[in-house]
Amino acid sequence: MPKELIRLQNCTMAFDGDVVLDNVNIHFNDKEFLTLLGPSGCGKTTMLRIIGGFLKPTSGDVIFDGERINDVPPNKRTVNTVFQKYALFPNMDVFENVAFGLRIAKVPKDEIKQRVMEMLEVVSLKGFEHRDVTSLSGGQQQRVAIARALVNRPKVLLLDEPLGALDMRLRKDMQIELKRIQQALDITFIYVTHDQEEALAMSDIVVVMNHGVIQQIGTPEKIYNEPKNAFVADFIGESNILDGVMIEDGLVEFFGRRFQCLDGGFAPNEPVDVVIRPEDVDIVPPEEGMLRGVVTNLTFKGVHYDTFVDFKGFKWLIQTTDYCPVGSRIGIKIDPDGIHIMKKSEYSGMFGDYSSYSEEYDELGDVNAEILEELEAPEA
Amino acid sequence: MKKRQASPLGRIFMILVYLFLYAPIFVLIVFSFNSSKSRSVWTGFTFKWYTELFQDSSILSSLGTTLLVSVLSALIATLVGTIAAVGFFNMKKRWSTPLLSVNNIPVMNADIVTGVSLCLAFVAAGSFLKFKLGFGTLLIAHITFNIPYVILSVMPKLQQMDKHLVDAAQDLGCTWSQAFVKVIMPEIMPGIVNGAIIAFTMSVDDFVISYFTAGSKVQTLAMNIYSMTRKRISPKINAVSTLLFLVVMILLIIVNIRESRQNAEAERKKLKAASEP
Repeated sequence: MPKELIRLQNCTMAFDGDVVLDNVNIHFNDKEFLTLLGPSGCGKTTMLRIIGGFLKPTSGDVIFDGERINDVPPNKRTVNTVFQKYALFPNMDVFENVAFGLRIAKVPKDEIKQRVMEMLEVVSLKGFEHRDVTSLSGGQQQRVAIARALVNRPKVLLLDEPLGALDMRLRKDMQIELKRIQQALDITFIYVTHDQEEALAMSDIVVVMNHGVIQQIGTPEKIYNEPKNAFVADFIGESNILDGVMIEDGLVEFFGRRFQCLDGGFAPNEPVDVVIRPEDVDIVPPEEGMLRGVVTNLTFKGVHYDTFVDFKGFKWLIQTTDYCPVGSRIGIKIDPDGIHIMKKSEYSGMFGDYSSYSEEYDELGDVNAEILEELEAPEA
Repeated sequence: MKKRQASPLGRIFMILVYLFLYAPIFVLIVFSFNSSKSRSVWTGFTFKWYTELFQDSSILSSLGTTLLVSVLSALIATLVGTIAAVGFFNMKKRWSTPLLSVNNIPVMNADIVTGVSLCLAFVAAGSFLKFKLGFGTLLIAHITFNIPYVILSVMPKLQQMDKHLVDAAQDLGCTWSQAFVKVIMPEIMPGIVNGAIIAFTMSVDDFVISYFTAGSKVQTLAMNIYSMTRKRISPKINAVSTLLFLVVMILLIIVNIRESRQNAEAERKKLKAASEP
């Protein structure tokens, strides 16, 4: 069993009556890489600042290692933060920036030197000790910020969108780097990001948030494969989300047709949201398809084509390596494990319809009106 | 931005403006070197008035008063103004914006109003607390009108500063006051120095407020010049005014150069940050 380190208990945070965190309950385990993921304004940074001690929750408790720490100021907490724009001290060189926390803690000089050099090596910045921090590139400044936090040997490192200002390539490198550092030092990382790919790539646990409420907590695989509601399904990756009815365990009906699936535990004939990931759809000749539709739009993405297909006026996104020209009729096949069933939620009907996508490109919907008539799915 | 060529009319207008602004000062400076006492006829070049100036004990003692009150008031106003600026900065915008506007009023306010009101306040308070107008009240008055200038020059430096720097310092174990000394101070130091120079200049420069708050025993240089014009006419007035003008001008040039350099630096940093990922 992993050991629990931090717990937020019924935490609510409001700024001038604006609720940013709404009665949040969550715990963070020791030595885990946990990511708070959500769109901007979802409360993830607020949660991080509460843990860092920069904000006091309006109500609720912050428990660290069994002790309530609501009133402990940031300088007395054994957590350190890597800030969004690094917040390096411009009047000090790289060495002094990293040594800052140790100097405040009055660590002996020899030890400071040794620990700073060690840490600069960890973040691959050896030889940069006496460089001016303003002369460093974004990626290097980022590493200094990480070293400056880690040199204090915190129990928890908080990272507030640390890679947000870096370009794509550097981000990917730093993701691997951060994961490596976390494993090498064997401490807890709490990482805030709005980038779902980043969250999936690095985390042990992902916490998906929206409007100050935790939507789902789970491993990256679980979050992706078994999203709890339409918001999570849409925010993490691409999803086609359809209205369906759960006939019985393992059998769901949508578009007037019944499909095998693996989920169960719903009431008979309960209305549900059905999630189908774009990559779980196989394209087959129309006569062999479970459903038939017309390709309305096509975008080449390198690895695959983003193919938009119209099924009875509901547009799906299908990611496939097969080239299907616009206007062609295709059939699709979905394996039972490609269908995921979710309970209805407040987000039902808000996400997962790609109709708006094709409008942006060009309006092919009208052309297909007559073809739609014959789009009757064959009986199973 | 396209640079537009000034029209001939515009140029003439500009020349006239500068002429009206600086011709009197130019005349004043020229006649401080005039060998006769005439203020209209040039009779020859001399340093006589300057030498006489530095033998005049009343001028020297008023110069001493001016320097003392300027240095002290600049130092105290810089300290108080910096603390006030940090306070404004940490306030919620809803409060700091109106308070900063109030802070600006003394800067705009007519000196005569500030002078008379301070004078009345000192006299009223003096009658209760048994003190008279003198160096003390003069100093307090100077500190009072200097503080807004310090706040005005420190505030932008605080606003330019990365707000997370203080968070970072506290995160790394600093108390708030340690963070202030180690992180905020170095960042806003240029603004503090600018504020101190401006405050000093304003003090040296001031006549009206000093006139109402210094009482009858204490005299600043500006007050002394004023009384000289009333007693007898001597080109020493030209000489001392020339020196005062030069000192104030040099100080203002220093502040302007510092500020434009600091802005260029900030601009350069911003550009660098924007060009780099």
